Amino acid sequence: MPMRGRVWKFGDNIDTDVIIPARYLVTIDPQELAQHVMEDIDPEFASKVRPGDIIVAGRNFGCGSSREHAPIAIKAAGVQAVVAESFARIFFRNAINIGLPVVEAPEAVRETETGDELEIDTENGIVRNLRTGKTYKATQYDEFIQHIIRAGGLLNAVRERLAARKAAEAGQ
Amino acid sequence: MGMTMAEKILARAAGRSRVEPGEIVEVAVDLVMTNDITAPLSIAEFKKLGVERVFDPKKVVFVPDHFVPAKDIKAAEQSKIMREFALEQGAIYFEIGRAGIEHVVLPEHGLTRPGMVIIGADSHTCTYGAFNAFATGMGSTDIAAAMATGTTWMRVPPTIKFVYTGKLPPFVTGKDLILYTIGQIGVDGALYACMEFTGPVIDELPMDDRITMANMAIEAGAKTGIFACDEKTHAWLAQVTTEPYEPVESDPDAHYAQVIEFDVSNLRPLVALPHLPSNVRPADEVRDLPIDQVVIGSCTNGRLSDLRIAAEILKGRQVHPRVRCIVIPGSQEVAKQATKEGLVDIFLEAGAVFSVSTCGPCLGGYMGVLAKGERCVSTTNRNFRGRMGHRESEVILASPAVAAASAVLGRVASPFELN
Repeated sequence: MPMRGRVWKFGDNIDTDVIIPARYLVTIDPQELAQHVMEDIDPEFASKVRPGDIIVAGRNFGCGSSREHAPIAIKAAGVQAVVAESFARIFFRNAINIGLPVVEAPEAVRETETGDELEIDTENGIVRNLRTGKTYKATQYDEFIQHIIRAGGLLNAVRERLAARKAAEAGQ
Repeated sequence: MGMTMAEKILARAAGRSRVEPGEIVEVAVDLVMTNDITAPLSIAEFKKLGVERVFDPKKVVFVPDHFVPAKDIKAAEQSKIMREFALEQGAIYFEIGRAGIEHVVLPEHGLTRPGMVIIGADSHTCTYGAFNAFATGMGSTDIAAAMATGTTWMRVPPTIKFVYTGKLPPFVTGKDLILYTIGQIGVDGALYACMEFTGPVIDELPMDDRITMANMAIEAGAKTGIFACDEKTHAWLAQVTTEPYEPVESDPDAHYAQVIEFDVSNLRPLVALPHLPSNVRPADEVRDLPIDQVVIGSCTNGRLSDLRIAAEILKGRQVHPRVRCIVIPGSQEVAKQATKEGLVDIFLEAGAVFSVSTCGPCLGGYMGVLAKGERCVSTTNRNFRGRMGHRESEVILASPAVAAASAVLGRVASPFELN
């Protein structure tokens, strides 16, 4: 089922310090973190963003700190997905692990503006800009990563594996 | 075809004879680390797995260092969650007063050794590549899974080989080498890759400088940075551990995604201007940029040799009247040794403060947060917008030599500008 959402566009190298400044890392409560999402790049963002919106950004999105609080804040703010030209690797892992869809589609990013509406089909790797009607290819995930996504995040995938291991041991 | 060091470590940890860049492998981990910011989330996720005990308490490490001694009640609560879990699990736990900053403490205790796979819920976990380990940062959920299973998944990174040739000029350090490298390739120049640091300059480079370089591999987007194991590595380890270890070396016919050579003979002390670590200039080309604060410390440059360089420059001089200079030892050991050597006296006489060991100001936590419009020269690793405080404050990255010279002159300065 493709998702649709309104776009907020950001530039290159959006780091985790501006996504969720360290002064707020004294909690792991998603709602509290969401109140400060993107605060140091756009102090108004947390009050403007609506459930279902999509963040579109340039290269190296999520660079810097390993804080998982960053994708958690984005997801808890109601953002449906992040589309970027490329992602920093720790942020990418964290997003997949907590079930925040992250989509690499460089061409789509370059031709998308704040306020556009995007349609994203993560399963088939397709991004469509509803304003321009143009369709773009997104990078396809490996089977391994798709497995984590299908399981609904890393914890579920690990739980399945632990259960399978237990069952195998019991069967011996 | 041969393999690189990184590929060899991952192959061994995956129980395979070889691995190829790009493939995803499941590897056994030798050490799993978290700190007071990332541990509470890891612990919450760990508990959701329904597992009672960590896979091996001798391989799970907790270090309070970011917001400790607790900066406020909320930070104290986070640390408490970690402390109680660590003690209950019998895991390795480093309390303040006996430890310090994670990436300074773990090598001091011989916990980071050649050939290991080390993961930590801190992006600067790549620091341990200085010890010929495969070390990389992850998020809290990845760490929770690894604490439960003793394994994690890795995409085998392509390796970029950096060859440093020539002769290092005075006051040009590991910090300058890594800033120069990031300045050349950009903050995503090594995205997803392993940076292998080699060449005659690296062979001569002290361990502390190698640690600084590996520490900032993440600032080029790398998964890790790695060095060969040589006499210097062995000498360090002989001081701190009797545990056996198995070094790896890259095969002569290993495949590299890229080989980049730098002749560093003409390098000058560098700075990275706001707001990216790649925004690099020679310090002496930055004219008349007044500063409000200097921070000397952190996992990047808080080791004894860093404090020695800073003290050498501050000895018999005064911190500029408009500047606050904060010196932070990377660990209790560093603090003790700096006291014995008289470095602390030099800092205090110069008008600097000497702090407890903490990550504090580096990430705008506490102990040196910047006000609107303030500018800081810092030996830390990131100068992103708002990193050390107000979103309209500025951080300029530099070596301890440049930071100390800047503290004296009250502006961004090269140590050669002092009489």
